[in-house]
Amino acid sequence: MGQVVLKGINKFYDSVHAVVDVNLQIRDKEFVVFVGPSGCGKTTTLRMIAGLEAISSGDISIDGNVVNDLAPMDRDIAMVFQNYALYPHMSVYDNMAFGLKMRKFEKAEIDKRVREAADILGIGDYLKRKPRQLSGGQRQRVALGRAIVRHPRVFLFDEPLSNLDAKLRVQMRVELKKLHLRLGTTAIYVTHDQVEAMTLGDRVVVMKDGLVQQVGEPLELYNQPANKFVAGFIGSPAMNFANVTVTEANGSLLAENSGLRIKLPDETAQRLRGHVGREVTLGVRPEDLTVAGAADADRPCFDAVIEVVEQLGSEILLDMKVGDGVMVASIEPTVRVKVRDKLRLAMRPSRLHVFDAKTETAI
Amino acid sequence: MIEGAIWRKWVFFYAPMGLFLLFLLFPFYWMVITSVRPDGELYRPWNAINYNPFWTWKPTLDHVRYLFEETLFASWLWNTMFIALMSTAISLVCGVFAGYALSRLNFPFAGSLGTGIFITYLVPQTLLFIPLAEIVRNYRLGDTPWSLILTYPTFLIPFCTWLMMGYFKAVPKELEECARIDGASRWQAMLYIIIPVAIPGILSAGIFAFTLSWNEFIYALVFLSSPEQKTVPVGVTSELIRGDVFFWGPLMAGALLGSIPVAIAYSFFVEHYVAGLTGSVKG
Repeated sequence: MGQVVLKGINKFYDSVHAVVDVNLQIRDKEFVVFVGPSGCGKTTTLRMIAGLEAISSGDISIDGNVVNDLAPMDRDIAMVFQNYALYPHMSVYDNMAFGLKMRKFEKAEIDKRVREAADILGIGDYLKRKPRQLSGGQRQRVALGRAIVRHPRVFLFDEPLSNLDAKLRVQMRVELKKLHLRLGTTAIYVTHDQVEAMTLGDRVVVMKDGLVQQVGEPLELYNQPANKFVAGFIGSPAMNFANVTVTEANGSLLAENSGLRIKLPDETAQRLRGHVGREVTLGVRPEDLTVAGAADADRPCFDAVIEVVEQLGSEILLDMKVGDGVMVASIEPTVRVKVRDKLRLAMRPSRLHVFDAKTETAI
Repeated sequence: MIEGAIWRKWVFFYAPMGLFLLFLLFPFYWMVITSVRPDGELYRPWNAINYNPFWTWKPTLDHVRYLFEETLFASWLWNTMFIALMSTAISLVCGVFAGYALSRLNFPFAGSLGTGIFITYLVPQTLLFIPLAEIVRNYRLGDTPWSLILTYPTFLIPFCTWLMMGYFKAVPKELEECARIDGASRWQAMLYIIIPVAIPGILSAGIFAFTLSWNEFIYALVFLSSPEQKTVPVGVTSELIRGDVFFWGPLMAGALLGSIPVAIAYSFFVEHYVAGLTGSVKG
């Protein structure tokens, strides 16, 4: 079992309110990712769950028991740190065995568990080496091994992949996912990388300035972001935003600004009935923009001037000037375009996001 | 390292380095050569025909023999060793714990306490020995090794504490946090993880403390009076300079033998010691 419940968690550092009223239920066997820019309180939240940081107010319980006052060692958790925190003076074997030795396991049991974990992670050949003799990826595996030998109720990961190079990071990401599927232990994972969050998490918690912005499955965050911040944070390249004024003409709603004048699709218009004459933020993802053809006449279209063309092979990223603003579009690699071309683009009507210009929440 | 032609290397690297070495090693050479030179050569006037200050053809161990047979040099050596080891041990234990506490535990006034400790290190011994002499006398410790074993830590503990504080700060905090999640108490984490990782720092603090107490002069001169209690630096200078007569041979032999233990201590731990000074912890 490994059910973690956060109830009204707050953290103050002197006058700084680092974590603001976090409520969250993490189910057994779930992989939950905390994501957000640096300083958003995600690591602090994780450290409070670990018991490395005192809670200013609120309750954290694991499997129904409030653990607020329990020492880290008594919470039955294991943590993987960003810098791995391997004990430099111990061999890989001793690093992995340390937690079991501290808990007074029998020698035979320790040996069995360490070898089992080493097998799973493919580090059986390095058991006698010291951490400094290992590569980054190998150290990462040892750090993982040290966590899994303990068979804890919850794994905590604090940006474990951010010290690896890009290629290894992708590889380890897949391995982490496999490991979780295999062991089925509840995992709480902190990262600033939205790709890691999307690929690893069963559910993702997006945080900013100590506040939880949205909790949901990765696709839910992608398709129905709760506010402008989540919309811009999830997805790469980031969503395009344009501040527009809603106007009414001939019974249909228009969104207008200096460079845009588009007819809002019915479904969006429904939601904006009450906002006529007011300013809202329109959001559309680069991948939801296409070069407009004859068939797109009924879609919201706009004109743009290409400023930069980024060829990625599988797609082309266009940085464009639209009126006074800029937008990015991700288009088919077969389209022939060059800088300063004028282009007409169409939006997928069902993929249009609208946010209140003041509160930034989704409408 | 200097790149380029070989002559550049010689001119800009080996030659200055050689000169520097010569400069540094000459006093040691002088000490060695004087200690094995017979008295007849040592007191020959500079304008004598066979005056040759830098070499001898008749080396002798007379001075060393004199040192051990006619003076209490053996007991001075033993005294110095005992006092240096004891005061180093006391200072290391206190310094390691204090350094750990000051760098890792957040308690009120930790910062100002650290500065306070450093300031006590800055008070010169030449002033501090006056009140200390009073204290030593009141506790009837005068003329015993304990007068030094208990007073040397007054400057060794601040020194060790500061060195260890710096070293502990360089040890990643996560190591300890990880140990504590792994099931170690704060004590165990310190004992099994932090102290082993800090061994280079502890060794350099130890070597420094040992050398400082081995070479210490003022306290030893003031607090010890009978010849059999003296330490090497005091014993050699007070017993081998009588009035205005310098017994150069035994003096130099005593200085030479007195510096050997320190040299051994250094060479033994030199690798750790360098790592300790550069403060590198590789994870």
